[in-house]
Amino acid sequence: MNQLRRTFLKLSGAALAVGAGLLKSGAALAAVWNKTAFESKAVADALKNLGAANLIDSKDIIITAPDIAENGAVVPIAVTSRIANTQSISIIAEKNPFPLSSTFDIANGAEGYVSTRLKMSETSNVRAVVKADGKFYTVVKEVKITIGGCG
Amino acid sequence: MAEPMKIRATLQVDTADVRILMQHPMETGQRKDAKGAIVPMHFIQSVVVTHNGKAVLDAQWSQAISRNPFLGLRVKGAKAGDRISVTWTDNKGDTRTDEVAVAA
Repeated sequence: MNQLRRTFLKLSGAALAVGAGLLKSGAALAAVWNKTAFESKAVADALKNLGAANLIDSKDIIITAPDIAENGAVVPIAVTSRIANTQSISIIAEKNPFPLSSTFDIANGAEGYVSTRLKMSETSNVRAVVKADGKFYTVVKEVKITIGGCG
Repeated sequence: MAEPMKIRATLQVDTADVRILMQHPMETGQRKDAKGAIVPMHFIQSVVVTHNGKAVLDAQWSQAISRNPFLGLRVKGAKAGDRISVTWTDNKGDTRTDEVAVAA
């Protein structure tokens, strides 16, 4: 009897530990902020630090952005990926002081679509990088900026 | 301290269209104030969106996202009444969470 109780206690102790572990990982859900990639000053470095190599040009990614944005402080950008199993979308404004603006990790039924607003310092290409099944796909669109938004 | 977010989640057939508007200065660290001193960086680094407790979008942002950021996303397989929760954390450790139900 005593033996059983001991086993039970041990087991429940282990279960508790697992539960606590789960809770902790839930709280730390957010991926670690990719400091090196976000602080890269060149597009190539940003891509490298994102782990994006062998980029494949794809027509299945659509960047929805104005051709001419008057105010560089607020440039609406939406990226739609029709690539199956899209895992993440990154948006890069190539001539910004720090080109990488954002990375969106997608999971659990979210569509390959994000929409946000960027600051852009000057007319430049906006590049979307989509990660799907471990491969990286990309597309660019030029956005002309009348007044820069980095001042 | 942090202002509440405006979140709208509307159902379109089986997909929830989620639009989030956050209140945040998003300082780039490049701007100077009237005295010529650089305004220190202050921006949202991480945004996590959950659907009924499961993370659907985990965003990492730089200072290049516009002031009072907007974020739009779509969640497949959503139903009216599902809970959409959004949490942001900025580089000073400030954080805010808001939640809405998906409207039919």
